[in-house]
Amino acid sequence: MRRTDASVGIGLALLALAVLWTARAFPDVPGQKLGAALLPMIVGAGLLLCALGLIVRSLRGKAYVDEAPRAAAGSEHFGSALVIVGAVLAYLLLSERLGFLLIAPLCLLAVFRALRVGWRPAIGWAIGGTLLVHLAFYKLLRVPLPWGVITPMY
Amino acid sequence: MDAVATAFGLVFQPYVLMVIVLSAIYGLFVGAIPGLTATMATALLVPVTFFMPPVPAVAAIVTATAMAIFSGDIPSALLRMPGTPASAAYTDEAYLLTKKGQAETALGAGLVFSVLGGIFGVLVLIVAAPALAEVALKFSSFEYFWLVMLGFTCAIFIAGRDPLKGMVSLLLGLLISVVGLENPAGAPRYTFGNAELMGGIPLIPLMIGMFAVSEILRYAVVVAKPVMAVDRPFGNVFSGMWTLLKKYPLQLVRGSALGTAVGALPGAGADIAAWMSYAMSKRFSKEPHKFGTGHVEGIVESGAANNAALGGAWIPALVFGIPGDSITAIAIGVLYLKDMNPGPTLFVNNPQNIYAVFIVFILAQLLMLPFGWGVIKVAKQVLRIPAALLMPLILLFCIVGSFAINNSLFGVVVMLAAGIAGFFMERWGFPVAPTILGVVLGTMLEEQFFSSLIKADGNFLVFFERPIAGTLGAVCLLIWLWPLARRLHAGSVRQRPRGGI
Repeated sequence: MRRTDASVGIGLALLALAVLWTARAFPDVPGQKLGAALLPMIVGAGLLLCALGLIVRSLRGKAYVDEAPRAAAGSEHFGSALVIVGAVLAYLLLSERLGFLLIAPLCLLAVFRALRVGWRPAIGWAIGGTLLVHLAFYKLLRVPLPWGVITPMY
Repeated sequence: MDAVATAFGLVFQPYVLMVIVLSAIYGLFVGAIPGLTATMATALLVPVTFFMPPVPAVAAIVTATAMAIFSGDIPSALLRMPGTPASAAYTDEAYLLTKKGQAETALGAGLVFSVLGGIFGVLVLIVAAPALAEVALKFSSFEYFWLVMLGFTCAIFIAGRDPLKGMVSLLLGLLISVVGLENPAGAPRYTFGNAELMGGIPLIPLMIGMFAVSEILRYAVVVAKPVMAVDRPFGNVFSGMWTLLKKYPLQLVRGSALGTAVGALPGAGADIAAWMSYAMSKRFSKEPHKFGTGHVEGIVESGAANNAALGGAWIPALVFGIPGDSITAIAIGVLYLKDMNPGPTLFVNNPQNIYAVFIVFILAQLLMLPFGWGVIKVAKQVLRIPAALLMPLILLFCIVGSFAINNSLFGVVVMLAAGIAGFFMERWGFPVAPTILGVVLGTMLEEQFFSSLIKADGNFLVFFERPIAGTLGAVCLLIWLWPLARRLHAGSVRQRPRGGI
């Protein structure tokens, strides 16, 4: 945790400096000495102080101790999380072009498999889940989910 | 009185009642499954409530959260996994009771005292909120500024474990709230020429990301296999409850009162109420040695507290628009979407809507007894549903829900970014709740702070001149300086012997 704290602190300090730097350009309210820069300046300064606090604290060897150490939970599957992020990205990039009814089951299938669900239930739930969500949101709530390459059926 | 009659008319309609029943079942289900939290239940509900009139929309949120907070107790007792963080304080206690063969007592106490605590919280809400609204009508920017600061302070110093990291979370939330055109000068800030960012970061996709998507990612990374502690049909969960009630009336009242008070504090909610009550129960118990061995006293007190906190949390949310916890932060988002902008004027202009919310609160608590009994009956089946089947479906629901708020993929982008951010924040020990509070209250803080500064014209004492503002300000300063004072004191104690040598 100590090393993470220090690196996060450095990242936050850079972010804070960027905020402080960009906030200088924000205009004041006409006739006042204050304006749009007020809150970003305070946030930037606060973040910088906190970031320095984190760095100093981890250098001095004091660190926040996580009450529930993750290591106890056994092995971790980062690949699965990456598949989930990838599935959402694929939806973002392809949903307009392919249409909800094509992209959603593919995304679902990928995530089911990443969570180690067997092929058969995965395919069944991917198709069933897609139809259910489409029915609920497109038909009942009238959310314009994209049709893409499919000709609108209703 | 007319308003009350109108309110009853608004609630007792087939459509609204159906919404209440469905969201009750939904809340019980989501709360009972470990990994799906009450906050997640609320966030996922928002895209659906988006399409409802105001009263059923708020009714859905109120009912689902009350049910989810109770049903979080079920996997606590059976799997030793809190269904929702508000149950975490007494998970071990409930599980040990189950291990001793008293699953009925653990679950029954969770249910009955949740209902009683919940009703207590609602009654306080009904009495306190309109009275507070009267006072709040006279509030100036100074009072609002200090109230927002008090909310931040509680979220960081009282609800959080590490104030420094809590502060970082809050500042990140404020930074998110800065994006867009909505500021005193009306200048675009951090919009990078993007038209979608002009309106700011959309709140609902942000919350869906932080509370639901991050949870799905966490589930995917860590795979824990729960073990069921009972393998026999349950007896009557209500038996023995009357005895408990007669044995622990003080604990019930104390838990309910503390829970409501903690809930009403802006920035602290059911989770922290349960922890504080459990500690208080142990501290004042006649049998403190029994705590941690499967003793029901702590469950009575903190089970009442976490449900009481729900009602309490709505007090600052409705009266000042300042959320008492993450759940009411989401609820405030819904109120704004529904043109029920929270604040004292809501009580003056639309009292029937407020009364309708109160009626729904009471209905939800009363429904909890039969529905809770039912869900305990089928608990073992519900807990056997593999979360791996649910998580992908929830993800799709998150995507479509985030899209539906503005019918724009930008919502999905925000959801994904917030989900990844929430995942890493939790992993690195940064609490998510202060961030949400910062996002929700950022605009209000800036507005009130800005006009206060202009009124003060360089004289900061003005911030403390009005009695209520002065008191709130003093309380904030006290909480901020307390750790420093304690450290100085500890330092002086430590240095004394050295000085003597």
